[in-house]
Amino acid sequence: MTRRPLGRFSLAPALYALFIAVPLYWLVVMSLKTNAEISSRFAPFPQSPTFENFQVIFDDPAWYLGYVNALTYVLMNVAISVTVAVPAAFAFARYRFTGSGVLFFGLLTFRMMAPAILLVPFVQIFSDLGLIDTHIAVAVAHCFFNVPIAVWILEGFIAGIPREIDASARLDGYSLLGYFRRILLPLIAPGIAVTAFFCFMFSWVEVLLANGLTVVAAKPINGIMSRAGSVNIADIPLLAAAGVLGLIPGLVLVVFMRRHLARGFSMGRVV
Amino acid sequence: MTPARRNLTSFLLLSPTLLVMALCGVVPMGFVAFYAVHDTFGGNSFIFVGATWFRQILASPDFYWALLRSLGFSLLVLSVELPLGIYVALKMPARGVAASALTVLFTIPLLTPAIVVGYLWAAMTLPNAGLLFEALAGLGLKLDMNQPAVVWMVLIAMDAWHWTGLVVLLCYAGLRAIPDDYYRAARIDGASSWAVFRHIQLPKLRTVLMVAVLLRFMDSFIIYTEPYVVARGGPGVATTFLSRELVQTALVEFNLGEGGAMAVVYFGIVLAVSWAFFSLVVSKQARPA
Repeated sequence: MTRRPLGRFSLAPALYALFIAVPLYWLVVMSLKTNAEISSRFAPFPQSPTFENFQVIFDDPAWYLGYVNALTYVLMNVAISVTVAVPAAFAFARYRFTGSGVLFFGLLTFRMMAPAILLVPFVQIFSDLGLIDTHIAVAVAHCFFNVPIAVWILEGFIAGIPREIDASARLDGYSLLGYFRRILLPLIAPGIAVTAFFCFMFSWVEVLLANGLTVVAAKPINGIMSRAGSVNIADIPLLAAAGVLGLIPGLVLVVFMRRHLARGFSMGRVV
Repeated sequence: MTPARRNLTSFLLLSPTLLVMALCGVVPMGFVAFYAVHDTFGGNSFIFVGATWFRQILASPDFYWALLRSLGFSLLVLSVELPLGIYVALKMPARGVAASALTVLFTIPLLTPAIVVGYLWAAMTLPNAGLLFEALAGLGLKLDMNQPAVVWMVLIAMDAWHWTGLVVLLCYAGLRAIPDDYYRAARIDGASSWAVFRHIQLPKLRTVLMVAVLLRFMDSFIIYTEPYVVARGGPGVATTFLSRELVQTALVEFNLGEGGAMAVVYFGIVLAVSWAFFSLVVSKQARPA
């Protein structure tokens, strides 16, 4: 019996791939139909494919700026989350300091808070700061769930790096900052990639806060879709087209990062 | 390093995180706690009312039912997504083009905005226009979205579609990190594939499974957008979960006090669950030394 590490190709991944692909296929099909066609009769593929739904989005700044707005606060959030989390993760991984256990637990607790709970205070706080309808407001609000997860993931990666490396860097005369830049960051690159991926993912899919904290200037595509959807429920093809376009940033991210992700998803300390 | 020096260094390293978390976590929670013990007129004058709101919530069946539905949803979602995700990861090809393509495909739903997922699954269930509705009709089944059980099944399928990929990717990466020697040794010992799974693969998946369980529990417990888009929380209140109940109370009925008290109770539950998880699982592994 020869057994390869992950078993032979089997039906399970293929069936699961089908389960993933069919709704995606349907999203694309709906986006290529006309309103008239979708409400007349069922067809598993578009009778006369049209790009007019996409055209509507590309012609209207109110639509296409939604993607720009969403990407803006998501990237801001990823930058903030990763930047503040690296030193914190280092502290948790390397030092046992007063209250380290409680703090680590406290951070995780915030990850479990529901955006729904924090929406009302966020609206009040950001109104007082004059930051309603800005990208930074959403980016900061999303930190309450992304910073804890970033610290948690990065802590795993840093803990996986032998302490001898710290010691020899110190002997070589590196300052803490120099050690971070020259040694630590390159070593945990897959960890940073996967952390950025997680932050991007959770910020990109979140709707409630992103919609609640914005009005027009920073309105993300999610918010625009929920408004369009509540005004006219029949306009499925347009929403489907908006959805298809909403997949593209994530797809680009995955294709570029797939090598790092495959390693990074093991969370640093598997062995 | 002396303990005092170590504390100072740690504090400096932690200060950016603490600052951000104070602004986006501690301060808003303080507001919520304030709402919970006050009554408000027009949203700007507050009167201290003590535990009135808490008594009201803890006597309200609506709250318990919403809590029960949320817990039930989380348990169902976990019991579908974990076994499915582990199984698919075990059977995935180890390398090659197929592995890459599957990885990319399984990641797409993870990066699909919640509202798109909701609309997509709502559209799939539409009579005459939805693929799921028509496929089931072809099998002689009627997808009746007025049946609570049917809506629940659609929501579970939707969540499995959206998030099982996370479990697959985590487990797949965990499996890839197991050295081939382990399998060779197992083969020499004549271990069955169940024994290989139980004694080699599962222990190595511990960390990634911990991440998967924690993330999937948290996010399914606070699910908000999708059930509302798919079925408006219905039929009736059959799929109105805790988050929706909270927003409904605080923002739609504009009852900040009751919403705040609900949030505090919710926070208590979250605290209990994460404490249990932390002391049972996280602290057992090599914690900061």
